[in-house]
Amino acid sequence: MTSVVRQRQSLMFRARSYMTFSVMPRPPIAEWLSDLDASVEASRGFFAGYPVVLNLSAVNLSPNGIMQLLADLEERNIRVLGIEGLDPSVSTTGLPPLMRGGRDSQTLVVPEVSGDAVAPVPAVAPAAAAEAPKAAQPASLMIETPVRSGQTIVFIEGDVTVLGSVGSGAEIVAGGSIHIYGTLRGRALAGAAGNAKARIFCHRVEAELLAIDSFYKTADDIDEALRRGPAQAWLEGETLKISALN
Amino acid sequence: MAQVLVVTSGKGGVGKTTSTAALGAALAQNGDKVVVIDFDVGLRNLDLVMGAERRVVFDLINVINGVAKLPQALIRDKRLENLNLLPASQTRDKDALTEEGVAKVIDELKTKFDWIICDSPAGIERGATLAMRYADAAIIVTNPEVSSVRDSDRIIGLLDAKTVKAERGERIEKHLLVTRYSPGRAARGEMLTIEDVLEILSTPLLGIIPESEEVLRASNIGSPVTLANSLSSPARAYFDAAARLRGEKVPMVVPSDGRGLLNKLFGRKAA
Repeated sequence: MTSVVRQRQSLMFRARSYMTFSVMPRPPIAEWLSDLDASVEASRGFFAGYPVVLNLSAVNLSPNGIMQLLADLEERNIRVLGIEGLDPSVSTTGLPPLMRGGRDSQTLVVPEVSGDAVAPVPAVAPAAAAEAPKAAQPASLMIETPVRSGQTIVFIEGDVTVLGSVGSGAEIVAGGSIHIYGTLRGRALAGAAGNAKARIFCHRVEAELLAIDSFYKTADDIDEALRRGPAQAWLEGETLKISALN
Repeated sequence: MAQVLVVTSGKGGVGKTTSTAALGAALAQNGDKVVVIDFDVGLRNLDLVMGAERRVVFDLINVINGVAKLPQALIRDKRLENLNLLPASQTRDKDALTEEGVAKVIDELKTKFDWIICDSPAGIERGATLAMRYADAAIIVTNPEVSSVRDSDRIIGLLDAKTVKAERGERIEKHLLVTRYSPGRAARGEMLTIEDVLEILSTPLLGIIPESEEVLRASNIGSPVTLANSLSSPARAYFDAAARLRGEKVPMVVPSDGRGLLNKLFGRKAA
């Protein structure tokens, strides 16, 4: 890979998805806070150092009220990373950023710690608990029609399989690998959430751009001998490799 | 049952208006009742190609706004009495089109005609999306060249997403019409071949219209090419395409103007 490409890549932004808690206070706030205290009593370190998103859709708070709630949560060692469900008319100056497009993974139950031991739960524990069922059901998206120019398929959760062709000017973005059984004329971006193990397979490569985990090659960088044949792309260190598939 | 067709392409200048007029006239010559609607509000052309520009009183926007009734705005062709034109307004822009207004006009036309052919403007904005909105089937006009083919691919994606039929979960029927095709140039690799175009767009072929000066000549005298010179190669190709629209099985050939071998050889060299 040339140094020119390297320079450009140092400027690239990576999309990453993380698992966080979303907590939804319900009115009256004082009562909700004491309920919260009661439920995390047994495992005081449950939220320690773990990012939390505050869902305000069930309450109607003024900016000052939100500031107060944030301070109350901070006191309980709950750090708020972002806010969701806020009425767009409320000014967010000085507040954590607004979050959109979150998806539920599962409802977490605060673990009961037996006895009087109050050993803090390691911060990774909730993450592992939340991700475990995800690994058990590998996510994949099947597209049975051609993907036309101008269309974008984004599936960060896992693999994308396209039975038809991907047109010039169309784009497939997958968290996992991408399989295209027709001709790939557009762009394919695999491992988009930071998965260097993702690969791209296509029946016929005429791609405009191939990318895995933000390392990319444009049509000009793809060996002419490979074009119009079946190919796969994978990542070797920081180099995107492409080879014929047969 | 009335059929609503949209003639669309994404790219401009590929022959949407020419094809709308030629197919409309071909269907009408077969005895069907046909109306062609110009959706290119602000840049209307279909009235010129149909030779009706001196008879426009009211237009599509007047009907949508309730200024005129539909029968007042329809212009009957002088040569074919079952061919009608609903012209666009030249003084307004595409924002004057409303979804409800277009729906009402098309519903009313459905009670009067066998074929309602909507001539879409170029682009993918309001005019184009409203022209395709209520279509049962689409004719995608493509020239055998890469930019036109990519734009057609884009339009096919929109047909599958933005039409009422698609939103109801039904499939909108799609037909590909390749225009300005020159077999000699395709063979020499100077333009895409029909196989290339079909491979990229994976859409059934309705017809192949050969490149011909007859098309320009017909436009300039204000006549659909199927009326101006019904024996010319483009006219015969449009008649075949119209027959396929009616559901007839017609073998796919590219008509030529039947020049002698020597002429053909010289013609190719000059092309």
